[in-house]
Formats: sequence, structure tokens, C-alpha cells
Amino acid sequence: MQFDAANLTTILPEITILVTACLVLVVDLYLKEKNKDVNHKLSLFGLVIAVALTGVVGGGERVVFFDGNLVHDRISDLLKGSILIVSLFVFVYARSWLKDRNMLVGEFYVLGLFAVLGMLIMVSANSFLTIYLGLELQALCLYALVAFDRDSKKGAEAAMKYFVLGALGSGMLLYGISMIYGATGTIEFGQVAQAIAEKGLSNQVLVFGIVFLVIGIGFKFGAVPFHMWVPDIYEGAPTPAVLILGSAPKIAAFALAVRMLVDGLQNLHSDWHGMLLILAVLSMGLGNLVAIAQTNIKRMLAYSTISHVGFIFLGLLAGSNQGYASAMFYTIVYALMAAGAFGILLILSRKGFDVENLEDLKGLNDRDSWYAAMMAIVMFSMAGVPPTVGFMAKLLVLEAVIRIDLVWLALVAVIFSIIGAFYYLRVIKLIYFDRPMLNLPELVTTNGVRFAMTINGLALLMLGLFPTALLSLCQAAFV
Amino acid sequence: MNDFPLLTLIIWLPILGGIVVLASGDKSPNISKWIALSFALLTFLVSLGLWVGFDSSTAQMQFVERSTWIPTFNVEYYLGVDGISMPLIVLTTFITIFVIVAGWEVIVYKPTQYMAAFLIMNGIMVGVFSALDAILFYVFWEAMLIPMFIIIGIWGGPNRVYATIKFFLYTFFGSVFMLIALIYMYFQSDSFSILDFHSLQLSMTAQVLIFIAFLLAFAVKVPMFPVHTWLPDAHVEAPTGGSVILAAIMLKIGGYGFLRFSMPITPDASASLAWLIIALSLIAIVYIGFVALVQQDMKKLIAYSSIAHMGFVTLGFFIVFNITQNPVLSSGSIMGIEGGMVQMISHGFISGALFLCVGVLYDRVHSREIADYGGVINTMPWFGAFMVFFAMANAGLPGTSGFVGEFMVILATFRADFWWALIAATTLILAAAFTLWMVKRVIFGEVKSEKIAVLKDLNPRETFNLSVLALVVLALGIWPAPLVNVMHETVANLVTQTSICKLPADEIDHCVLMQPKPIAATLHN
Repeated sequence: MQFDAANLTTILPEITILVTACLVLVVDLYLKEKNKDVNHKLSLFGLVIAVALTGVVGGGERVVFFDGNLVHDRISDLLKGSILIVSLFVFVYARSWLKDRNMLVGEFYVLGLFAVLGMLIMVSANSFLTIYLGLELQALCLYALVAFDRDSKKGAEAAMKYFVLGALGSGMLLYGISMIYGATGTIEFGQVAQAIAEKGLSNQVLVFGIVFLVIGIGFKFGAVPFHMWVPDIYEGAPTPAVLILGSAPKIAAFALAVRMLVDGLQNLHSDWHGMLLILAVLSMGLGNLVAIAQTNIKRMLAYSTISHVGFIFLGLLAGSNQGYASAMFYTIVYALMAAGAFGILLILSRKGFDVENLEDLKGLNDRDSWYAAMMAIVMFSMAGVPPTVGFMAKLLVLEAVIRIDLVWLALVAVIFSIIGAFYYLRVIKLIYFDRPMLNLPELVTTNGVRFAMTINGLALLMLGLFPTALLSLCQAAFV
Repeated sequence: MNDFPLLTLIIWLPILGGIVVLASGDKSPNISKWIALSFALLTFLVSLGLWVGFDSSTAQMQFVERSTWIPTFNVEYYLGVDGISMPLIVLTTFITIFVIVAGWEVIVYKPTQYMAAFLIMNGIMVGVFSALDAILFYVFWEAMLIPMFIIIGIWGGPNRVYATIKFFLYTFFGSVFMLIALIYMYFQSDSFSILDFHSLQLSMTAQVLIFIAFLLAFAVKVPMFPVHTWLPDAHVEAPTGGSVILAAIMLKIGGYGFLRFSMPITPDASASLAWLIIALSLIAIVYIGFVALVQQDMKKLIAYSSIAHMGFVTLGFFIVFNITQNPVLSSGSIMGIEGGMVQMISHGFISGALFLCVGVLYDRVHSREIADYGGVINTMPWFGAFMVFFAMANAGLPGTSGFVGEFMVILATFRADFWWALIAATTLILAAAFTLWMVKRVIFGEVKSEKIAVLKDLNPRETFNLSVLALVVLALGIWPAPLVNVMHETVANLVTQTSICKLPADEIDHCVLMQPKPIAATLHN
């Protein structure tokens, strides 16, 4: 076992999050009821420090350390940074909702931060074991967060479903890992790739292993046909929990896919290519079609997630560096869009009232035209209409697919995105074309939330107009 | 002067204006309106710089601005205008002024958002006409939908939600296929520059598929039969300003697309499928003409008349392929395209003015049903005069701009086929029938009801709008030469481009168009 203390600097962001989580855990015990806001501030502070540290230790050569269990490369830098930034938004949006319901307690932040820690570990994992540990750390926190509203029957039901299905997904993944291990004799991604290159590609155990890995990835992403949990959990869980589990974990799930399929099993691309293709087409189709029928906005966004996962898979299945970069761009952008959309739902909720149905968005433009504009940007971005970044993301993915001569797949994708445009437009219709219901109390939000939402919405616009910065980061990650 | 980023200014000035207007808020709408108007006027004045500085003796792109935008994919911020796009840009900035003026008092609900939407729309539409990079073009093309969607949806009539979603989805549907075609061509040419697409060699199958992708995008926009059904809905429900922009400019973007993309990029496919476009155009002219005849709603009638008139535009463009196959008649093909262009510009003014006229009546009576009107001339003599004038122009009366374009297209069609020209010429009768019959029922006759009896004539704002437009229609009708001269070289160049076969060497036997001169021969010279 080699241990180099110098490598501890590379995981400073993770250490920061861990320390913050522990601090919150302890400090919370000594806080009076009225001072619970300290948890919030402490968590934000920790996240900001972690973002800064990610920037400081980022860059440089690819290093594998801690006995081959962790890796530090450009992929991990970018994904870590995105996860932390998205989580910042998440915590800012969630505060007033929790406060209104007397749920602004340390546990929320502890669980949230540990989930973030799990994601960070997944992102920089270099072996099947580490990635599985990170995944479970994240997943266990998320199960608890879904059940966070203790008295809500729906929440408890959702958490139960999430737990059972999540455990099933993890089990599949673990089974796949064991097969890969059996066939190659190692769990380190680099050595797996080497072993496959040396032994040739015709090993049936390997292919079986990949099947289970892809099923596991499908579960974690929520791709059709492993999507059943997504709408139910989105509907049942308290909105801040949905905000947490609908945004940054997608980035972590992307890391899961990239680390295992690209770092480890790139040579078997021809085997997993077809599986992802089926998942992608099914996800885009079912997600977009079923979303139209929803009246509950959280369910609608759940199906919209499923369809976006299809698009992310399009980039992955292309199997080229350019394709991976486009999928990475798409994932990061999607996490930002999801954070914005659920953020608006939290802003519209108030004491004793949760935004559940599409109808609740009615006439937002009359109530607060700035939030209405931000939500419109998010929706247009999800629909893939320029000049928002959602268009750029779709463009890059389509480019990757057409580059490998799958023009038909690109056509399928755009046809489903036309169908998808309808339900996003319906949200904009409710915001702009309908009048609000009578006797609604005024929309009150803190300056912090307004500031965060402004940054979030304008980022979607500016990244669409000037995608080069993020895009070149994504491309530098896969060279 | 050449280094001055004039086009950038024309695109971003109104968008900036829109943001300023939005920021000024609804608290003092009057100030916001004046800000909006001054930005619209300023943009128009700046865009006149294009007309003044334009060199009409060349078909080259002018006022070119080029810098990288997304380097990894060779996407550029690449702007430039030629004789086809320049007049359309000036038309855009010009019409926007009237839209702002027309909404001055009528729009009560959130007037600043209304004004801002039109200003932003103005910038985006100029962007569509001046983009020379395919992705930049596509971004502007799609971005245009957002303000229009909101304009129809917020300030539209009772059935506005249906109309605006239909409008959005139809256009979105058409354009995504264009996106696929553009990406495909990027991999063929390794560049997103539209001018590089023009010199791209493509096999017949690829050309046909690309042509169909473009056709889906542009035919919806024009709109051509049978994908025209969104237009009457959108027009009827849109507020007056929205209808004006739709009819005067957005439809032109479809026609512009044919000239900029379909014809020069896929000339062989265009030549072999020209019959399809010509047939659809003739159907639009005749069938839609009859449909217009039976409309009960004034806006719907003008909407259908727009479809019929745009049929003329596409007819003029694609008749070229039937003429150029006979090299003796090549002057006729230039006339066809020029006729189509003149028709587009003139229809921009006339349909815009007609929608403004309907708006004037609607603001007073709150009805668009023809049956609710009658004898308006007795209470609104000035308005009656304007309406009759624009109706005549719509029917193609010589002396108005409506005549020039139609006449040129019919002449060009004659060179290709007598019978087609005959069918096309029926429009002169049909257009006269449906517009004049509407005018007769609305303007003339006895005063129909008390509502009509108390109508007040035009206010200064409306008089300004209609009289300026009337002057332009008249001027273009009497002396269209400046407009035609500006575009002549560009159109001649386009005709040359579309008459040369672009098939790769192994398919050269299938060329129906002129074959490019073999390289060996030119070397010996």
C-alpha cells in the first residue's frame, strides 16, 4: 500500500466537504432554534471553499493515487466543480422552503453534504470499488432526504420505493462488477482496460458483465426501461429533496458511466454501444410522450429528465472523444436547468402550500416578471430553442451522432424533441398567457434567492451565446 | 468606413433597446414607449447606411464581419449582405417603426413588454437576413420564434393559445430537419459558412434529401400549400403588430431561405423537383385565392391572400429552372427571381398596411367580421380612401408596387410555359375579386349599425402610419428601378450558380443543368 501525503492536497475539496459536514453535525447540536440559519451559512461557506479549492488544485497531469483507487484528471476537475456549483444553487433555493416548514435543521445539510461527498468520490474514482462506495454514500443520503419530511406519507412511500429500486440497481451494478472482476482479475479501470486489450474481446463473461453494468447505469440515470422510480419519487419527495436528487446526481451518474464504460471498457465499445442506443431511443420516446400527459409539474419534469437522459446517452454511445465531451456538456447544462426549474417551484411554494400542479404556475408573469423570464429561459433551454444553451447542448450531441453516420438516430432525436417542445411551451403558456388565480399572497423571496436564480437563468442564456469556455473545458477533458 | 461593424450595430441596437425598455418597467409606460420608438427610428436610420453604402455593381457579400464564435466546430460570427438580403433588412427595420406606433395606445396590458418584444424581434430578424454562418443563421431563425410566440400568446385574441402553440410547433418542426441537413453539410465541407456550402459538390441523393429538409423548413415559413394552415390561425389571433410582422417580414424569411440555401446549394435537386414547387405554388395561387373569397373574417381573408401572393414568390423563384434549361432565355430567369423579390418587398408593405387598416377598425368596433361592417366611408372618409388604395394595391393595380412583382413573375413564367402563366395570371382576377368584394362590403354601402355611425376618423398616429406606407407603395409601383438595380447583380450571380451542375464526377451523366467547364480545358487557355 503506497501512501503519499502529497496526494492529500489533490483531494482537498473532498476533505473540505467532509469537514463541513462534520462541523454542521456538531455545531447543530449547540444551536438554538432561532439560530438554525448558521447551518445554512456554514454549508454554503464550505461549498464555496470547495469550489475555490477545486480551481486551485485543478489542472495538471492525470495522476492515479491511493493505490490506484482515485484519479485526478480534467474530467474529475470539471465534474467536481460543476457538482459543487450546482449544489450551491440547490442549498440557496431550498432554504426558505425548509424554514417555512420548521425543517431548517442540521440533518438536511449533513445529508446533503454527504451526498455531495459521495458524488465527488464517484467522479474521481479509479476502481470499481471506489466508485461503488461513492455511489452508495450518495444514494443512502438521498434515500434519507426523500423521507426527510417525516410526517408525509407520500414522502415515506417515495423513499421506500427509491430505496428498494435503488438497492436493486446497485445490486445489478455490483453483480456486473463481479463479472468484470472475474474475467479480468482486477477492479482498477486502467488495468481492466489493459487486460481486455491483451486477452481479446470475445469473452462472454465480460459482455454479460457489461449488460449488468449498463443496467446499473440505466437505473442510476433513470433511463427507460429502468425509469419507473423517477416519476414516483419526484412526485412524492419534498421539493428540496427532488431539487438535490434531480440535479447534481445526474453529473455523478455521468461520471459513473464515463469511468466504467470509457476508462475501463472503451475497447468493448461495440458491445455497449448498441445497449445505450436502445436505452437512448426508448428514453427520448417515452419520456417526451408521457410528459405531455402529466398535470403534476414534478412528474412532468421527471419525464423530461428521462428524455434528457436519452440525449446524454446519444453523446456517450457515439464512442468518440467528441461524443463524450458533448455528453458531458449536456449533463452539466442539464443539471443547471433542473436546478433552475425546481428552484422556481420552491420559490413559488409558501408556508402550507407546495407547488404540485402545472396550474400553480399560472400568471407568474403578472406576479413577478423577472422570475417568469428566468423560468421561460429554463423552459426554452430544456426544449432546445436557441439562443439558450439547451440548443447548443443538443447541437453538439447531434453533431457527434451524425459524425458516426447515424443520421437516422439524429432524425429520431429531433422528432422527439419537437414532441417534447410542446409540454415546455405549455409551461410558458401558463406563465405568460394565463392570469393568476385570485387572492394569491404576494411573492416574497430573499435577495439571495433572487440573485442565485438570476445567475442561474442568465447562465443558461450566456452559455448559449458564448459556449466556447465550457465547451473547451469539456473537450480538454477527453483528449 | 468598411471596418465599421454596421450589421452588428443593426442587430444588437434594437435588442439592447428591448432590454432598456424592459428595464424601464411598467411604471411610466409613456417614457418606455418613447424609448422604444427612438430605438426603432435609430435602428432604421442606421440601416439606411446599408442602402447608401451598398455597391450594387457586384454580387460579393458586403459589410462583411467575420470572427470566430465556437472555434472547435468552425462556427463563426459571420455577417454580410448582398443585393437580396439588404433590401429585406431595410424593410424589417422600417416596418418595426409602424408596429411600435400602431401599438401606442391600443396595448394596455404590459405595454413595455410588448414594445420590447418587437424591438428584440427586429434585431433577431435582421440577424437572420445577415447571417452567413449556418449555425448563426439557425440560432437567429429559431430565436425569432420566442418573441413571436409570446406576442401572439399574451396580446392575442380569444383563441390565442391554440394559435401560438400551433405556430411554434409547425415552424419548429420544419426547422429541425434543416438543422440536420446543415450538420450533414458541415461534415462534407468542414465549415459552417453558407458560402462554402454553395461550392460544395453533393451527390444527387444527398441533394434531394437536403432539398427536402430545407423545403420543410422554408415551406412552413412561407407558407406553401399544404403546410399553410398555421398562418390564418396565427394571423387572426395575433395583435395587429404581430400580424404585421408576420405578414411583412416573417413570411419573407421563408422566401429568402430558398434563395440563400435551397437553390444555390442543391441546384440539381431543385431543378429536378422544381415541378413540385411550381405545382404547389400554382395551387396556392388558385385554390387559396378561392378560399380567401369565402372568408368572413377580414384578417383571415388577408392571411389567405398573403398565402396566394407568396405562391407568386415561390413560383418566380423556381420557374428559373425551367427557363435556364433553355440557355437562350436566361434573361427571363433573372426576371423571375427579381419579380419574386419585388413581390416579397411590396407584399411586405401592402399586407402590413392592410393589417394596420384592420387594426384601425378593430380598435374601434372590436370585431373583425366583415358582416359587422358596412358604410364605413360615411364616417371615416380618410380611412376609407386608404383602405381602398391598399386593397387596389393588393389586387395588383398598375401603378402600385403590387403590380410590378406580379407582372415580372408572369412574364418570366410565360417564357417557361404558356399554360402555367395563364393559371398564374388568374390571380389578378381572383385577388381583385376577394379584396374588392371585402372593401365593398366593409367600406361602401349604407351605414350598417350604430357602432359604425359613431366611428371617428383616423387619429394623427394612424394617419402617419398609413400615409407613409401608401407613399412607399406608390413610389415602388411607379419607379421600381432603384430596388431592382440594387439586387440585379446578385440575382444574376444566383442564376449562374443555379444553372451549373454540382454533381460529383461519377454522376455527371445525370446532369440536367449545364456542366461545369472541365478543368483541363481552362488550363489550356
